[in-house]
Amino acid sequence: MRDWPLYEIFIRSKNGLNHKHVGSLHASDPQMAIQNARDVYTRRNEGVSIWVVEANHITASNPDDAEVLFDPATDKIYRHPTFYELPEALKHM
Amino acid sequence: MSTHSLEDRFQHLIDHEEKIEARDWMPDAYRKTLIRQISQHAHSEVVGMLPESNWITRAPSLKRKLALLAKVQDEGGHGLYLYSATETLGISRDELIEQLLTGKAKYSSIFNYPTLSWADIGAIGWLVDGAAIMNQVALCRTSYGPYARAMVRICKEESFHQRQGYDILLTMSKGSDEQKEMVQDAVNRWWWPSLMMFGPNDEASPNSAQSMKWKIKRLSNDELRQRFVDATVPQAEILGIQLPDPLLQYNEARGHYDFGPIDWEEFFEVVAGNGPCNKERLAARVKAHEIGAWVREAATAYAEKQKNKIISTVSVA
Repeated sequence: MRDWPLYEIFIRSKNGLNHKHVGSLHASDPQMAIQNARDVYTRRNEGVSIWVVEANHITASNPDDAEVLFDPATDKIYRHPTFYELPEALKHM
Repeated sequence: MSTHSLEDRFQHLIDHEEKIEARDWMPDAYRKTLIRQISQHAHSEVVGMLPESNWITRAPSLKRKLALLAKVQDEGGHGLYLYSATETLGISRDELIEQLLTGKAKYSSIFNYPTLSWADIGAIGWLVDGAAIMNQVALCRTSYGPYARAMVRICKEESFHQRQGYDILLTMSKGSDEQKEMVQDAVNRWWWPSLMMFGPNDEASPNSAQSMKWKIKRLSNDELRQRFVDATVPQAEILGIQLPDPLLQYNEARGHYDFGPIDWEEFFEVVAGNGPCNKERLAARVKAHEIGAWVREAATAYAEKQKNKIISTVSVA
């Protein structure tokens, strides 16, 4: 158990929706991770599909980089429809 | 289970508004139709960047330039979402790009028209994006999950595209006589090709019935076209311009605008590759792919180098 990798678990609650991260668990291999995820996360019909990904296969952005990565979008107000004023007569476009 | 009953079950799911996901069973023809439709859509996003990028360096103000850059950048992203959705159906990105570059795959014919003045950028945003949004809003309810989800994301991002176009035209229509003429001229040239974007009339669109049954398409070409005309005419009135159709008028009995016949000969000529810019557009894509080769090679070489580094570190340890 000590050497069992950690798996991140993603559940699709309904066809048409994205798989969504729900949590993680340890398992000896991906098949076992699916079985355990089924028992842990779908006991009340929460899902129709399960994805498991070994946690160390996920490359995550560094929280220290958040400013560099995401701040440049904040002053680009022209990417939003509300930046463009429509005439009174035309409020739905 | 026989193929017949699999198909029945599949149709039953569709009839009950269930979505189909990548690993679900689906008829081969459903898969093929989706690959063709979604990849055409992806190609259209990518080729659609060309007519507009023509004006980025000549935008009349920094504000307009930033907005246009943001719009073209969105379109590149939309191409990516759609290529990725197509790949869930079992075709590779390389194959898809090859189909575009060899001319085997089609993209929306509208992008084979030239952008002659700054007002064209306004007309594209207002009319071309307006028509595209009409189609894409309906496709948010398409039966294939990955396509529907890509459409939701695209529609959300695209809501500013039409407004920035309309805003350009609105500003120019309050300007000098020359600017007003530019607006009218651009609308004259883009109106009919925009109506053609919805495809042939329903009775001349033989594959539509199957696509409607499979709920790949949710509204017919003519229904979408009518909705577009109905939404656009009042917007043209606010701009104070004439739409170039003498037969355009409100029909009280139908509750819709009637409009004149579309020149389908022109449409099929452009589809066949004989539009004003077909060759130029494809050549630009091929050139971009070729001069971008070193970027792909460098990325692969770098990844290879990093991998070797890790292996040598591990073997030393």
